[in-house]
Amino acid sequence: MTTVVIQTIGRILVPFIQLFGLYVIIHGPVSPGGGFQGGVIVGASMILLALSYDLSSAEARASHKVRIAMDSTGALLFAGIGLVALLAGGFFLEYGIIPLPMAPAEVRGIFILLVGVAIGIHIMALAASLFLHLAEEHEI
Amino acid sequence: MIKQVASLIVLLGIGIILTMAVIDMPAFGDPEAPAHRHVAPRYIALAEEETGVTNMVTAILADYRGYDTLGELTVIFAAGAAVLSLLGSKHE
Repeated sequence: MTTVVIQTIGRILVPFIQLFGLYVIIHGPVSPGGGFQGGVIVGASMILLALSYDLSSAEARASHKVRIAMDSTGALLFAGIGLVALLAGGFFLEYGIIPLPMAPAEVRGIFILLVGVAIGIHIMALAASLFLHLAEEHEI
Repeated sequence: MIKQVASLIVLLGIGIILTMAVIDMPAFGDPEAPAHRHVAPRYIALAEEETGVTNMVTAILADYRGYDTLGELTVIFAAGAAVLSLLGSKHE
């Protein structure tokens, strides 16, 4: 059962939690964090939304189809980045070989960030999905 | 009774072996531990220069050990897909 206090606090907190989660993902290469941690934080914000309101309002913001699509996109993006290196003539996941107009070290840095984002997309969808599917059976 | 005594003896044996292994492990944070002498010094010396990333942990996770992380993500993806397909959905 939710009250107006819980709903208001949830409504205020969710955007900040999501922003912090995205910050943790984007800042993976320069500070503690990364795709796994940030993805779980964003996923947890959807769980907070489902707990403070109800499942259907969380479902309206991230529907089953969207979550499944994000889940697959994250995993495919990571594997796709590996294949790009393969097509550029290097080994699988050898980012440094990808021909971009900058130093190989910078290219590696960019692809480390992209891999973090791919992991984040995957984990945030999965974390929200697991809760929403488990809770679906017992509507709060 | 014999079964219980036998399992107790087996468990004690395993326990002694595991305890010996734990005692033989290097001290926590020991810089001379084998794990810290193989590739770790190279990562510490060259990670920032080679990858342009200041967070060494991320550099190792996503670059040097990228293959490992991809496998990890695949495991999570497979586990998630299995759980979601078992739980089913109202929307299908």
